[in-house]
Amino acid sequence: MKHLIKLITLALFALVISACSTTKPSESIDEPVVETGPTAEELERQRAAEEARRRAEAEAARIQALLDSNVVYFGYDQDVLDSEYTEMLQLHADRMVKENRSVTLEGHADERGTPEYNLALGERRAKAVAQLLRTFGVSDSQIEVVSFGEESPAMAGHDEASWAKNRRVELNYK
Amino acid sequence: MKNVLMGFLMVLSLVSFNSRAEIEIVITEGRDDARPIAIVPFAFESDSLVVAPPFDFAKIIADDLARSGKFKPTAISDLPQRPATVDQVDLSVWKQLSVDAVVYGMVREKSPGTYQVSYDLIDPFNDKAIFDSDIEQGSYPLIPQSQHLMLLKDKIIGENNFRWNAHVAADEIYEALTGERGAFATQIAYVEVDRSKANPYQLFVADSDGYGAQRIFSSRRPIMSPAWSPDGNQLAYVSFENGRSEIILQDLAQAQRNTLASYKGFNSAPAWSPDGSKMAMVLSKDGNPEIYVMDLATRNLKRLTRHYAIDTEPSWHPNGQSLVFTSDRGGRPQIYQVSLSNGDVKRVTFEGRYNAGAEFAPDGNSIVMVHQSNGNFHLATQDLANGNINILTKTNLDESLSIAPNGSMIIYSTVNGRQKVLSSISMDGRFGTPIPSTTGEVKAPAWSPFLM
Repeated sequence: MKHLIKLITLALFALVISACSTTKPSESIDEPVVETGPTAEELERQRAAEEARRRAEAEAARIQALLDSNVVYFGYDQDVLDSEYTEMLQLHADRMVKENRSVTLEGHADERGTPEYNLALGERRAKAVAQLLRTFGVSDSQIEVVSFGEESPAMAGHDEASWAKNRRVELNYK
Repeated sequence: MKNVLMGFLMVLSLVSFNSRAEIEIVITEGRDDARPIAIVPFAFESDSLVVAPPFDFAKIIADDLARSGKFKPTAISDLPQRPATVDQVDLSVWKQLSVDAVVYGMVREKSPGTYQVSYDLIDPFNDKAIFDSDIEQGSYPLIPQSQHLMLLKDKIIGENNFRWNAHVAADEIYEALTGERGAFATQIAYVEVDRSKANPYQLFVADSDGYGAQRIFSSRRPIMSPAWSPDGNQLAYVSFENGRSEIILQDLAQAQRNTLASYKGFNSAPAWSPDGSKMAMVLSKDGNPEIYVMDLATRNLKRLTRHYAIDTEPSWHPNGQSLVFTSDRGGRPQIYQVSLSNGDVKRVTFEGRYNAGAEFAPDGNSIVMVHQSNGNFHLATQDLANGNINILTKTNLDESLSIAPNGSMIIYSTVNGRQKVLSSISMDGRFGTPIPSTTGEVKAPAWSPFLM
């Protein structure tokens, strides 16, 4: 008997539930679902979209910042490009190719060592940048290399902080 | 107080005409092996209202001799007498003062702007000095003091060459006492950078004591590496006036300029051959910096080096047969020598991580160069026969050296505290003179050849 009652109760319960579900579409017309706000799922989607937008904006800003920066710094007596500048130079190269722009690469050295040797060192640095731009598809005719040696320092001091800012190649659009 | 005599202090404040550039030559150290010499202030005579000559002739001589490091002029207050002519000389007081030599003289105004200058050099201890001199018989009074004469000069000079003739007198005295030609009547070319000016980069030529600076070119863009022609009439230098380095020739008297080298890449490091017919230079037109020699008459180029490394800073051997230059073909900058006839290259320096900017001494037996030791950049000489290196300077960031035509002194660029200044050092490194500038930074000095 116990079993039977249980079964009937379950059957009734099931009936009530199915009745509810069948009546739901009609009920939804009256009840303002929208007012109750988006579901958790929708919220998550929105958050994700927002996050993606923010990330895209940040990325665009980062790329813009890379395009806005135009100076590559070097180690003492070095003409090897640090890998941290690869992306920046690739972005400039892409812009030069897409917009058919030309640049002047100005090579500079710090004041240590002789002025004439530093003039050669400045050219070597500018040529290292030119070489990378070429591998990114820029043609020779879009690049002009000029060395100023130690003659045109960015900072006037006679210390490592100034020297580090003076060992540089400036990429200037024409 | 071992080697350095302090308190030997002289300040020449020099105001130039034609420009505001001022260079002060300050001597702060003497040395105790400098020879004592007495230079008596010259007497002045005039029939007009003029009471003094345009410059103190004797003081210019004294300052020149002191700046060489080889002489120590007696303080004026310690002079025992002030003769103007040989008959007024009391030999005993000069012997007692124990000076090697005495200079005295006088200036007479002949007419406005024209002066007769007479001066003598005597050795108070040598009563046969006149026999070693080229003083003509009959030009001096027949008195015992005349036997001590080493020089007896009498000249007519103008107002505008008054100072110059004092340098000439210093040269005569220096040569009579050392046997070596003096280099006081010479000039220095240098670059001054004054960032407050519309044309911050300025090329000047001044007398060897810094006086009379004349601006010969100024530019919005850098100027580098002035080099004198062997006859002293022209300067070659590197100018960025057109946005990149080019080699310019400028005639000093006519101020005519023309472009000597403007090839693709950079154009730099001009160096005149000793006979003035060729110019060594560095061009990167063929891909990387190489040494070339240009025939100045035909402007034909001959390439001397052929290496993917940096080759730069050529300097001619005095015999014109070879050049030394800087190259990093061995990994670090070192000095190499190339023969003009067959192009053979041999390495010259082996000691130290960095040797660059070498120049031959006038006798061709040694080079002076920028040598890095303990992280600092100093001037050093290297004897070419035995390879011995002698570090000359205690200053730092030394560069752009230039040797006086008599090989006695070197002028160079250095950093004094926060300022880029010129300084000089004797060839043996024992006597140095800082040359502070009152305007901007001063660099790239080039000592002229003998000018007469």
